[in-house]
Amino acid sequence: MREISFSQALNEAMSEEMRRDASVFLMGEDVGVFGGVFGVSAGMLAEFGEERVRDTPISEAAIVGGGLGAALVGMRPIVEIMFADFVTVAMDQVVNQVAKARAMSGGKASVPLTIRLVNGAPGSAAAQHSQSPEAWFMNVPGLKIVLPTTPYDAKGLLKTAIRGDDPVLFFEHKNLYAVTGEVPEEDYTVPFGQAAIRREGSDATVIAIGGVSATVAEAAERLAESGISVEIIDPRTLVPLDTETLVNSVKKTHRAVIVHEAHRRAGPGAEIAAILAEQAIGYLDAPILRVATKNVPFPYNPDLEQFILPTVDDVVAAVEGVVKYML
Amino acid sequence: MTQAPTNLLHLYRQMATIRQFELRAINERRSGLIPGFIHSCVGQEATAVGACAALNRDDVIASTHRGHGHLIAKGGEPKYMMAELAGRSDGYCGGKGGSLHLSDFDLGILGANGIVAGGIPMAAGAALAFQMRGEDRVALVFFGDGAVNEGAFHEAANLAGLWKLPVIFFCENNLYGEGTPQHKQTPIPDLSARAPGYGFPGVIVDGNDVLAVLETTRQAVARARAGGGPTFIEAKTYRQRGHYEGDPMIYRSQEEMEAWKQRDPVVGFRKWLEDSNTVEPGALDATDAEVQALLDDAVAFAAASPPPAPESALEGVYGDTHGGRVF
Repeated sequence: MREISFSQALNEAMSEEMRRDASVFLMGEDVGVFGGVFGVSAGMLAEFGEERVRDTPISEAAIVGGGLGAALVGMRPIVEIMFADFVTVAMDQVVNQVAKARAMSGGKASVPLTIRLVNGAPGSAAAQHSQSPEAWFMNVPGLKIVLPTTPYDAKGLLKTAIRGDDPVLFFEHKNLYAVTGEVPEEDYTVPFGQAAIRREGSDATVIAIGGVSATVAEAAERLAESGISVEIIDPRTLVPLDTETLVNSVKKTHRAVIVHEAHRRAGPGAEIAAILAEQAIGYLDAPILRVATKNVPFPYNPDLEQFILPTVDDVVAAVEGVVKYML
Repeated sequence: MTQAPTNLLHLYRQMATIRQFELRAINERRSGLIPGFIHSCVGQEATAVGACAALNRDDVIASTHRGHGHLIAKGGEPKYMMAELAGRSDGYCGGKGGSLHLSDFDLGILGANGIVAGGIPMAAGAALAFQMRGEDRVALVFFGDGAVNEGAFHEAANLAGLWKLPVIFFCENNLYGEGTPQHKQTPIPDLSARAPGYGFPGVIVDGNDVLAVLETTRQAVARARAGGGPTFIEAKTYRQRGHYEGDPMIYRSQEEMEAWKQRDPVVGFRKWLEDSNTVEPGALDATDAEVQALLDDAVAFAAASPPPAPESALEGVYGDTHGGRVF
């Protein structure tokens, strides 16, 4: 099968959906002429024109709120937040307007709005261009939260987001854009709420969320060399969350480590740990551990940044800790 | 496009309906039928009716926390509104929205809003959809004088001016943002003065004169339909009651309130119709009686409507998965 990049997969998903459905359009800061600051929408302006690949002012509330209004009257907008950190400017729109429109109307409003957000570190982008804020929104009913980690999933999940009738926060980790992988030429989608088992194993379950996929894969290789068999689960969507696959894996391995780049305190791992404790505590042979970014704003200096991020060593140590744990 | 001749009695009927709806809602809140709070629009009937009379059925409005009048003027039925205020299953939103989130997408009512300026980007987005699809439709967004100091207003106004969107920014300047007078919130006397900064005209109209509001809005709508872009209409009016029912109103004088009551828009328009012999003798009394009966029915309908089943709280949050239930 052909291999393309994560970025190209996203581009194909948007382009193919725009070809098949005239109500789909893309809007955001520098998505048109510039092709997106990370190049994801490169070439789309030439094919679709500036009506449907629409450069906006730097106005996140108007971008998200405008997308909502268009969605409410029958369009399927894709809006881009250049850095996920900037979503704070549109927080009322995301949290009070977009997320709640359907529920407030008694289920009548349909909000087919996809909000693409670029998250992640490292890169010395410092405190306002590096965050992974997905957990902020897990506490807001009405949103769906997606974090693809492979080109295949990037394309299939984005198509599901665009075709769906609910608002989706679609987080793209900036360091995944260049990752390549197999992506079929023919049309396909990846459903929400189905985790992927990235590696089968028996000694510990590592739940790897979003951009930490390579870190966790490398850790699993190292652990295998020392005879520890790791099962890696990629939830793919945090809302809805495939608790069944997570719980079943933990019932098999009896140990769980959750890894993410969001800050540790009340990050996605906190919710997942709570679910595992509620549904599988009798199967656990060790505490549930979290490996995540330390609870400080992202520092600029590369060494400081590396110091706060979850590393391969951190994952290895955590897994070794739960495997060797003695009650 | 040609305008149907204005049915003056219909305008009066709508204004009287709004007035009576508000007074009945206030009573029913005291009686316990309505559990939540109410921001009444008594004194602002002419803005709602004049503005919506300039719209077609397929045009859309976005409204505010003081939105009952806007909904009635856009075709909302008092009985479903009253049932919603009562939190009952037959309300427009099945009892999930209440006064602050009333909506009816079939009537082009994108929703009241609990957030000041929250609906303004939404209206711009709906207008964008109409423009992109080449439809002869406009969006009109109501907001108060307080909203022009919110970021969402500025972002949406700039975007709408830039793209010449068919949207009317309708500011009901009732002189108070909650308990603080306009002159303590904004350094300019006329809020419409902001419009030229976004590249579109701002006009001032007597918000207590329904025919003046209608004519001004018609011009703005015609301009929007012709591709001329937005207009900011500042309708100077007055909120006769408190910000909410129960507001002690210690921030303004009895003299001021009395003076504005002398300019009551409903009483004034009724008198004008009477004095100018523009309607059949007896028609106004008959209309008043009709409105009374309509509101009697609305209150009875609300009181008789069954409360929603508690489990319905879990439905209608999402559209296309899990049967709309939460996950």
